[in-house]
Amino acid sequence: MEKFLSGDEAFAEGIRLACPDVISAYPITPQTIVVEKLSEMVEDGSLDAEFIHVESEHSALSCAMGASAAGVRAFTATSSQGLLYMAECLYYASGGRFPIVMMNANRSTALPWNIYGDQRDSLSQLDSGWIQAYAENAQESLDLALMSYYIAEHKTVSTPFMVNLDGFILTHTYEKVDVPTPEQAKRFLPPYETENKLDLDNPKNMAFSAGPDTNYIFKYKEHAAMFRAVPVIEEAETKFAEIFGRQYSGLIDAYKTEDAEYILITLGSIAGLCREIADTLREAGVKAGVLRIRYMRPFPAKEIAETVRYAKAVAVLEKDISFGNEGTVFTNVNSALHSAGITVPAYNFIGGLGGRDISHQDMISIFEKIQSGTANHVSFIGIEEGENL
Amino acid sequence: MTKPNVREKKVFNFEDVPEHTSFEAGYLVSINSGWRSIRPVVNAEKCIGCMQCYLYCPDGVISIQENKAVIDYDFCKGCGICSKICKPGAIGMERER
Amino acid sequence: MSVSAKTLDKNEYFYGHKACAGCGGSLAVRNVLKVLGEHTVAVLPAGCMSAVGFNFPQLCFANNAIISTFAGTASMMTGIEAGFRRRGIKDFTVVGFAGDGGTADIGIQALSGAIDRNDNIIYICYDNEAYMNTGIQKSGLTPFGAKTTTTPAGQNIHGNIRPKKNMFEIVAAHDIPYAATATIGYMNDFLHKVEKAAHIQGTKYIHVIAPCPTGWGIPVSDTIDAAREIVDCGLWYLAEYENHKFKISRDPKTFTSVEEYLRKQARFKHLTDEDIKTITDSRDKKWEFIRKNWN
Repeated sequence: MEKFLSGDEAFAEGIRLACPDVISAYPITPQTIVVEKLSEMVEDGSLDAEFIHVESEHSALSCAMGASAAGVRAFTATSSQGLLYMAECLYYASGGRFPIVMMNANRSTALPWNIYGDQRDSLSQLDSGWIQAYAENAQESLDLALMSYYIAEHKTVSTPFMVNLDGFILTHTYEKVDVPTPEQAKRFLPPYETENKLDLDNPKNMAFSAGPDTNYIFKYKEHAAMFRAVPVIEEAETKFAEIFGRQYSGLIDAYKTEDAEYILITLGSIAGLCREIADTLREAGVKAGVLRIRYMRPFPAKEIAETVRYAKAVAVLEKDISFGNEGTVFTNVNSALHSAGITVPAYNFIGGLGGRDISHQDMISIFEKIQSGTANHVSFIGIEEGENL
Repeated sequence: MTKPNVREKKVFNFEDVPEHTSFEAGYLVSINSGWRSIRPVVNAEKCIGCMQCYLYCPDGVISIQENKAVIDYDFCKGCGICSKICKPGAIGMERER
Repeated sequence: MSVSAKTLDKNEYFYGHKACAGCGGSLAVRNVLKVLGEHTVAVLPAGCMSAVGFNFPQLCFANNAIISTFAGTASMMTGIEAGFRRRGIKDFTVVGFAGDGGTADIGIQALSGAIDRNDNIIYICYDNEAYMNTGIQKSGLTPFGAKTTTTPAGQNIHGNIRPKKNMFEIVAAHDIPYAATATIGYMNDFLHKVEKAAHIQGTKYIHVIAPCPTGWGIPVSDTIDAAREIVDCGLWYLAEYENHKFKISRDPKTFTSVEEYLRKQARFKHLTDEDIKTITDSRDKKWEFIRKNWN
């Protein structure tokens, strides 16, 4: 059924279809709509779940871990400061291999305070052991809500999953969304089954300490499981397409990159505008393409390298900065290119921090700069007067 | 009576380490007897089976069998609480040899 | 209510752990599990009991048990309780064992949240009056005057300058269905309270004094004596909060000497007569309040 929904609302619809047993969440703008909608669904009986009003984000994820350790499907959602406040639990959940799904509304991190969208919150947690996906639009948000459980809970993966939606730009923007039926969802998503649970008939000691002899083996296995998510993502998308008729493209989403000489790499909701620019430039004879990273973890190193192999220059546009270095997405992309022996010049463009607009003209100028080779190693969109960093 | 028990000694190699941080409850691989410098010794004649030593042992190593206190020396740490709590004076502490 | 040494579950659920000899906390955990039985899920945050009981592959709980984050004991219990209910399991108990720091300091927010939601859990605070696992640092439940590694006793400052945080009344102020104080020194009283808690719906909190010979500076054989004496001298009290009312479980007609209690412990060795008078006066004030309001 087609509905007119915001990203947050679409995500809540997807969670209703995934039927989690336990939802524990603490409100933070711009995530609030998701948890408000879910509480309404629990109230009206259309979602049979325990909605637990925890007193902090730390407890939101701690509670979700308890539910997951009890063997049931758990959901939470947060944003920005909330994500950082629960950071300890992020590592705990991945180390415990609890396949919790969390929606994160990408938002700037204080200080200065700011409620608008950038991606510094989730990108700062790339090493926390969670699968990280970035949605572009409301439909993909809903679809990822369903697919995330399929992937996270898969026996070979058993790893928590963070779905990121750009704050306001995606969480609060209304679009037409196809909402599948519960029957379709049931066909797609099997019930959660695991051995990684407390069990009265088969008691377990869980979340224990492990000394130097075995600790690194646990960590190795955690790492390996994250890579095993790659074929499972493909499997999930194939099954998803069969049932819902929408086909996704795995870890990356490449647009007109086959013959592209200049490729813009980015993630999240800005990709739509990037594609428009690429089309405009192509009309003017510039072979432009766009590579949207859908998954930051597991990182699509091979896919990115293969896609940009024959390009003349690459720009990485991100709403993030790792102070004292460069954008984190850029670092990841550069490492992928270097490992694959690709020497295409790559440039980093930082923009959109604290929700600042990235305009058409900004985007065209990115392409111009990489085309002419006049871009800095790292450029800050809209800041011309700063020191040359 | 059931309790966590000591398993056969083995090295936990790559394949023995579980995928998740969850494992069989009550799985012991080592004992605590080496911690002791003194050991409690029960004088069965004096023991009246009042169970106070059993009730107050932090390690749970005392059981009452046929109305007498019996100590599991594999796990007794020799703290001496049992000896102090014993009203009839049936538990003495002796130096470990 | 008939729990006693004789009726207690003969099975041992916490066994083979690496707690120090004479550890009061491990005795509390051991006996609570014997009262609650095999269908118990134990949640333990970072702290002594998790450090000594869960070193893979030495796993010392015979029942289901899990380590939570330091701050997240109560919230993880909430999740487990909800999860088991969702699985349709009926006969189970979720119990938490957090130390004084894990309860009164870093875990107080999650505990307050759980009580506010009235989640059906039993929360045990085993109070050894400092962060013993990390090497005896001051917690919110370290008593006035105690020397710890972060409240050294010197010429200028005589150990900890603040009294214990009043956790029992803080918890009761939530109008919790059941709260109690106890000591491992009077085991029957403690275990009766645990058994009572097991039969009450909603959140239950039991605060049990569990001396740490290492941190208190007493012989390892004296744990139980110290746990009795703290009540006998009136520095700790045995009470319950139930049906919106406080009730004293034991109202000693006379107290034993506070000074004697303190002088036996290395952590109080430095106290002056004046310090001891301060402690004795605050005891008397507390008891005046208790006797006036709790009976």
